[in-house]
Amino acid sequence: MNVHVTNSVVLRDLSRSFKGKSVLDRISLDVPRGQFVSLLGESGSGKTTLLRALASLDDDAETSGRYTTPESVSVLFQDARLLPWKTVIENLTLGLRDPNARDVAAAMLHEVGLGDKADAWPATLSGGQKQRASLARSLLRAPDLLLADEPFGALDALTKLRMQALLMKLVERTRPTVILVTHDVDEALRLSDRVLVLKNGRIAEDHAISLPHPRHDHQAEIISLRARLLKSLGVDTDTI
Amino acid sequence: MVDISTSGLIRQPARVERRTTTGRQATRLTPEKLPAGVRLLGPAIVLVIWEAASRLGFLSPGTLAAPSTALWTGYEMLMDGSLLPHLTASAGRAYSGLLLGVVAGVVLALLSGLTRTGEALIDGLVQIKRAVPTLALIPLVIIWLGIGEAMKIFLIFTAVLIPVYINTHAALRGIDIGHVELARTLGLSRAEFIRHVALPGALPGFFVSLRLAVALCWTALVVLELINTQTGIGYLMNRARDWGQTEIIVVGIIIYAVLGLVSDALVRLLEQRALSYRRALGS
Repeated sequence: MNVHVTNSVVLRDLSRSFKGKSVLDRISLDVPRGQFVSLLGESGSGKTTLLRALASLDDDAETSGRYTTPESVSVLFQDARLLPWKTVIENLTLGLRDPNARDVAAAMLHEVGLGDKADAWPATLSGGQKQRASLARSLLRAPDLLLADEPFGALDALTKLRMQALLMKLVERTRPTVILVTHDVDEALRLSDRVLVLKNGRIAEDHAISLPHPRHDHQAEIISLRARLLKSLGVDTDTI
Repeated sequence: MVDISTSGLIRQPARVERRTTTGRQATRLTPEKLPAGVRLLGPAIVLVIWEAASRLGFLSPGTLAAPSTALWTGYEMLMDGSLLPHLTASAGRAYSGLLLGVVAGVVLALLSGLTRTGEALIDGLVQIKRAVPTLALIPLVIIWLGIGEAMKIFLIFTAVLIPVYINTHAALRGIDIGHVELARTLGLSRAEFIRHVALPGALPGFFVSLRLAVALCWTALVVLELINTQTGIGYLMNRARDWGQTEIIVVGIIIYAVLGLVSDALVRLLEQRALSYRRALGS
């Protein structure tokens, strides 16, 4: 019973297949409350499928095994998924029944640097601004679990760094459990307490990173883990 | 050097000569945007030729009245009050049928687009109705509703219903799957999903259908006003045919054209207002 108190996410032999094609193969995993986990893996390794399973999406998949997630889950998609016919602040408060939602959302917009964009249409925002709004929408709900599917994958390098810093700032305040799917090894090393590598629908590697934040690319632990992760992802750094 | 090169023994490479041309112009692949009003050039030329042909006697008034004659006749009829009753009679029929058809089309599209039972019951019926030309229903509807106003409005209603249903239904079914997933992860109720996601998402499709419907209600009217009536633009034109008044026929055609264009412009204005969030995309 003690397991459920300290673990936010528990997976036991979770398998998922689409039309007979196996994507997740008996995955078991415990994620303690408040841990920041990055999921790395080549395309088709099953990392997005795992995330979407935890978000209770993909009803058409055949699923076996079991998983538990907290009551309050937020999902951050790669595309910001703002409804174009709602203003930025309306997008943030969508589905919230709290009468103070608008005030809280306005404060959150200030927090992510979009204080003056509350009444703007999403179509007028830049890619980075849209993703900020999307991040604000996710964290406004004070989730116990944040599921992020390559949220910064489509952003330019500088915007990406700013967004990573913003995510860390917001996450450190409320400490939700975070599962981040990413292609970016450096992003995983910079942000997470734990890095998982998925291969053919199974967890192939599981590394803990105990370094405090902020981290630096030249720290010895980072350098050796980066080389190791890149190698397991099939990148030969010796030839670059 | 000069001697050698001019003697032709050593030819200058071709690319050296090309380098002397100033800048390379990118080929324009699409036509430039027309300045406002210039697209009226074609109609204006036709009008001038038409007028000239009439004045020079190539076109007898018995075949086709000159545009100036028709405009003058239209002005006179407007002034002496003989046009307005017909115009309001026609507009009344067209817009009653339009209103009924749009309301019914949207309601059916919502029932069919948002519920499985609705789709099972409604979609097949509407598809069958779509395959039957409106004109083919006229004899039956006359037997049911007589030859009065009810028959005309009913037929316009059924004609308008189809494009409104088809387009609105398609827009509802074609909703962005990403938005559906978002609604699920945000924990929206079904009512909230319909109100905040499904309906606004289908609005552009609805406006496409509205523009089709507005054009269609006037088209259907022309035919229907040939059947037993003493009022309406169609009646006016039909009577003018009996009396050989081509200028009144041309007046009728002009009125239909103007009403069609004005109605379309109104719907587009409405559309721009309702979908103002899109304007940002173009800027």
